[in-house]
Amino acid sequence: MAKSKPRVKAPKSASKGDVVTIKTLISHKMESGQRKDKEGKVIPRQIINHFSAKFNGETVFEVTIEPAISANPYLQFKMRVEEAGEFEFTWTDDDGSVYSKKQKLKVG
Amino acid sequence: MTEISRRKALALGSGMVALAILPMPANASIEQVMEDIKTFTGGAEATESSIIKLEVPEIAENGNTVPLSVSVESPMTADNYVKRVILLAEKNPNPGIATFHFSSRSGVAEASTRMRLATTQNVVAVAELSDGSFHMTKSTVKVTIGGCGG
Amino acid sequence: MKSKERATLSGIALAALLAPGLLVGGEVQALPEGVETVEVKPTSKDHPLDEIISGWQYRSPETQALQEDDFENPAFLWVEQGEELWSTVDGAANKSCASCHDDAADTMASVGANMPKWNKALDKPVNLEQQINLCRTEQMEAEPWKWESAQLLGMTAYVKNQSRGEPVSVQTDGPMKPWFDKGKELYYTRVGQLDMACSSCHEDYYGKQIRADMLSQGQTNGFPTYRFKWQKIGSLHRRFKGCMKNIRATPYKVGSDEFLALELYTAWRGQGLPVEAPAVRQ
Repeated sequence: MAKSKPRVKAPKSASKGDVVTIKTLISHKMESGQRKDKEGKVIPRQIINHFSAKFNGETVFEVTIEPAISANPYLQFKMRVEEAGEFEFTWTDDDGSVYSKKQKLKVG
Repeated sequence: MTEISRRKALALGSGMVALAILPMPANASIEQVMEDIKTFTGGAEATESSIIKLEVPEIAENGNTVPLSVSVESPMTADNYVKRVILLAEKNPNPGIATFHFSSRSGVAEASTRMRLATTQNVVAVAELSDGSFHMTKSTVKVTIGGCGG
Repeated sequence: MKSKERATLSGIALAALLAPGLLVGGEVQALPEGVETVEVKPTSKDHPLDEIISGWQYRSPETQALQEDDFENPAFLWVEQGEELWSTVDGAANKSCASCHDDAADTMASVGANMPKWNKALDKPVNLEQQINLCRTEQMEAEPWKWESAQLLGMTAYVKNQSRGEPVSVQTDGPMKPWFDKGKELYYTRVGQLDMACSSCHEDYYGKQIRADMLSQGQTNGFPTYRFKWQKIGSLHRRFKGCMKNIRATPYKVGSDEFLALELYTAWRGQGLPVEAPAVRQ
């Protein structure tokens, strides 16, 4: 797909103290820089090189990503819920593009 | 056909796995992995430890998408938590897979992803704890290729 | 992993604790999301197989796990794109798919299970990809999408997904008969340097190892399918091409009459099996 599209599965609500699971997926070919085209020229690397998950502006989880992560990168991680607020997930592409997605979390 | 018979068949087939490896040029070496670990720990010793657990399949049907899950035992409080976990592959063209950066807000030091493995090899995980200690584990994944090389 | 847990779980008591699952030989077995079975008995007497088994059954637990939950399944990146395109206006007629077909969940509920289907105007069968493009050119007055393009794969996956769980049921009599016969002939004809037919692997040796790989029956109910090898979703005709290349034969073209006939015949070999699209394979 031309433009990368993220998918996120995170709870919409939780109780204080809960540890919630967050799953993310983004469409991306993750061109490793190891492959060659039909003429034998190396296809330049283009990957999602970084992911971050913030909650109310505070970084909860980050990943430095290498070309060994599969196409359409999948990440699953946890967060302890302290207060209501908003997630912000950000993916950074080698080409400078930044993809992000926000989602609110209720506490009660 | 039941699940069981497929499992048996897979086990029988695993003997053939060693023959079914794609020749990959310029693979990373174990020395390179040791070097990367040293950079990660700043020269400190990483001890093999049971507090870090790596879950990978014994056999991967295709090296393009191999599930991986890593977890580290930790209370994950503000003064006692897992800072980072680096994941390395011993025989990929480059050893680096990913580095997970946790925080005390993570609640549980556990994360999963899907990786590419060029061939049958060890996957190494090293965790850095907030007390400055480093803990390591490794696991082997056998990577198969399709029947017709397809 | 999930798989190891699954291997150790057994007994009826545990069955109730798990998500929809089958009990096979006293062992709890998970299923792909959206279907109730991966094995059916053939209904027609002249069917060559004693049991019809989804390709899902032949995959490793780790591969299966990606199809047990729609979020884990990377093919849904394409399904979501298809959903967006469904209501996107395109072409000179200023229409989207939704302009005529409204809510796909209602109007497309069994379409994917009945393809290829006879098309009177063209006097030949059409498959889902071709039908989508016919809608685009005839109704929307838009450009057809290229085969294997993100758009056509996305729309095919989205439409077929609406029929998930519906038993595959294609017409093989009447005007479809010559196409069915042609497909059958192709299925059993040895071709290529390896001198193999579809049946050489998928009828004679399914459930057996071909080197480190496990041969399936070559069922088509999961297409379009996300393949690890492709690192993306792909069409059934792309898979046909791959098989032909593997046996060192010159593949037919995607969308060709040959592949259309083969698609019809292979769909019939899976008659009754619930649609799983989009599936995940190795």
